[in-house]
Amino acid sequence: MKITEAVIGQEYVVKKLHTTGALRQRLISFGILKGVHIKYLAHTNLKSTYEIRVGKMNIALRKDEAQKIEVQ
Amino acid sequence: MKNIKIALVGQPNVGKSMLLNAMGKAREHVGNFTGVTVEKKTIEFEYQGYLLSMVDLPGTYMLADYSQEEKITSDFLKHEQYDIILNIVDSTNLERNLQLTSELLNMDKKMVIALNMSDEATKENISINSNYMSELLGVDAIKVSALTKDGIEQLLSNIIKTHKQIKKESKLVFSEAIEEEITNIVQFLDKNKFVNILEKRQCDNFNTSLSYRKIAIDLLSEQKYIYKKLHDEPIWTSLQPVVLKAIEHIKIHHNEDVMIDIMADEYMSFNQGIINETVETSKDITTQPSITQKIDNILIHPIFGIPIFLFFMWALFQLTFEIGSIPMDYIDEFFGSFGDTVGGFIAHDELRSLIVDGLIAGVGAVVLFVPNIVILFVGIALLEGTGYMSRVAYLLDGFFHKFGLHGQSFIPLVTGFGCSIPAYMSARILKNDKDRLLTMFIIGFMSCGARLPVYVLFVGAFFAPQHAGNILFAIYMGGALLGLVLAKVLKMTAFKGVSEPFVMEMPKYRMPSVVLVWHTVKSKTMMYLKKAGTFIAAASMLVWFASSYPKNIELSNSYETKIETAGDEKKSELTNELNEKLLELSYLGQVGKFIEPVFTPLGMDWKMAVALQTGLAAKEVVVSTLGVLYSLGGDVDEENSSLIERLSKNISFASAVAFIIIIMTYLPCLAATIVFAKEAGGWRYAGYLFVFTSIVAYALAFIGYNIAL
Repeated sequence: MKITEAVIGQEYVVKKLHTTGALRQRLISFGILKGVHIKYLAHTNLKSTYEIRVGKMNIALRKDEAQKIEVQ
Repeated sequence: MKNIKIALVGQPNVGKSMLLNAMGKAREHVGNFTGVTVEKKTIEFEYQGYLLSMVDLPGTYMLADYSQEEKITSDFLKHEQYDIILNIVDSTNLERNLQLTSELLNMDKKMVIALNMSDEATKENISINSNYMSELLGVDAIKVSALTKDGIEQLLSNIIKTHKQIKKESKLVFSEAIEEEITNIVQFLDKNKFVNILEKRQCDNFNTSLSYRKIAIDLLSEQKYIYKKLHDEPIWTSLQPVVLKAIEHIKIHHNEDVMIDIMADEYMSFNQGIINETVETSKDITTQPSITQKIDNILIHPIFGIPIFLFFMWALFQLTFEIGSIPMDYIDEFFGSFGDTVGGFIAHDELRSLIVDGLIAGVGAVVLFVPNIVILFVGIALLEGTGYMSRVAYLLDGFFHKFGLHGQSFIPLVTGFGCSIPAYMSARILKNDKDRLLTMFIIGFMSCGARLPVYVLFVGAFFAPQHAGNILFAIYMGGALLGLVLAKVLKMTAFKGVSEPFVMEMPKYRMPSVVLVWHTVKSKTMMYLKKAGTFIAAASMLVWFASSYPKNIELSNSYETKIETAGDEKKSELTNELNEKLLELSYLGQVGKFIEPVFTPLGMDWKMAVALQTGLAAKEVVVSTLGVLYSLGGDVDEENSSLIERLSKNISFASAVAFIIIIMTYLPCLAATIVFAKEAGGWRYAGYLFVFTSIVAYALAFIGYNIAL
């Protein structure tokens, strides 16, 4: 499933990144890659922006970007 | 003296600026523009008989070229000359930080690691065996704390020690499959006696060139620069199939089809190995929600987050006005009596007028607003230093995105409330050119600190004191909202296209360092005062000259005889009339009269029109121009001596509204326009900006005037 369909406060494992090029590079430089554990922390009022935790770092993502991260 | 050139590299939010500050004794000040270190900055100081020059590189998560800042850093490390890399890491988050470290190990350079924030790590029960880590990495790792200044001496002496020694072999190893391919490529290069002329870098006492191993690793990491360089070498034709086969083999082995993923994974497992060996964390702490998490529960609450942010902004502007106004009276009084005292010593009439009415009145009017500006800068520095700024970007991105902007546009836009110049520069954090340009076009609508004096003056003159803070808040918010609407218009017309992705770190909350805030505020205030002392002083004198000449002796004489014969009451009336007429006939008056028709529909007289023109040079000059124009002519009644009173007497409310609107919307100062042109990539953009803002300013002022009438 996609992060946008996940449950707040739950931990997931990244399965696949559905993107290439600059965005993929960006996600990887934040440590978001296959097999990594991430925790879904919060979203804004209108679900336009999401907050996840990778390791000890909190990361904010826009909906479009969050949809490209497949987790399980 | 021997010089050691040191490249300072670290991820964002590792306390790099603070560490630089803690090293002290530096010749250059740190933290150029609020928080974001965009320009390369060199700091020099002596230590143990060496001259250490540290180049402060922009923070980067990886050596990629995603943003302009990352590109600056990775280009510098690859192509420039330096002796040592000083890698600064956050001890409390080694998992992330070592990712960059392991990439740096690949640079084939001497290196020292500063394990910063070691005091925080101790508090979080993270214990690091730095000696063992040094051994495993083959690079010295020193525990330091920029806050408590622990370990700074040791760090510096280690830099010297490392510089004196021969470079140690890097201990970064990859998994078997990759190591095998590296060996293959190295053997191929060796067998073909490939003369490595790629990058002969002259260092202090020995020559290095890219080692075969580094070439192999960079080829396998698909780094563009190495392909570019090798492409022109004759060996390329036979090397290419070897590399292709190697990459193919690694991809099959890792069951993954993107090389950057594989390499990132490799670095990550290497780092995990290091961390497992050298770091101990006591478990009981980690299960509890951190302070950051608790604060975030309130500050980025889905419903209350934005109202809380708006409240903070409102409070900031209230403070700016309320506290700022306290010392203003004293400053005003000081310049008044200073002018009188100085005037008493100058016998020559015109020279006295130049010094007192031109120079002192003009500069005084600008210095008057230093308290307001200090408060505003402190507020912005706090917003950035605490980590709250990125929360706001998170909260606002959804909203901003609707207007075609990026959540991170927020940072340059808020910086714009301080000064447009650093704001234009900090727009570099936006990678996409269109997003960046769009943000830059509307930065001017965020009223900068220099416009504050004009607002304070006009709000003070035309609104009751109890509403002043609210009106000021409304002006700033109105400008910001207008900017958003115009962003949408521009996005739909001139800047059509795909938006930049939004992926951003939300750093831990921290108590901002008093020293760093002080440094930022001080350097910005000094910049403002320097401007007051030089540029504005000159402009004030120019305005004085243009408004005092040419002298019309005939007119003066004809009035003088009238004044002499007139009664006491008629006398002051006639003097005023004379001054008014003289002003109208001056150079400035002539220019003003010439352009007056353009501003008549806005209810402005020529004096206001002139003030707006001089405001193109700098917004502070608007105040000093008004100061000069309304002190030479008009009312000379002693009791109405303050500029605020004179303005409220001479200008109608509706014209004042139009004037404020124009100040809000037209071109920022000359210096900012120059920076804009530079950052946007050409003077034609400055031309577009001029046309765009002028049309908006005139149209809105016209509407505002007619509503207020």
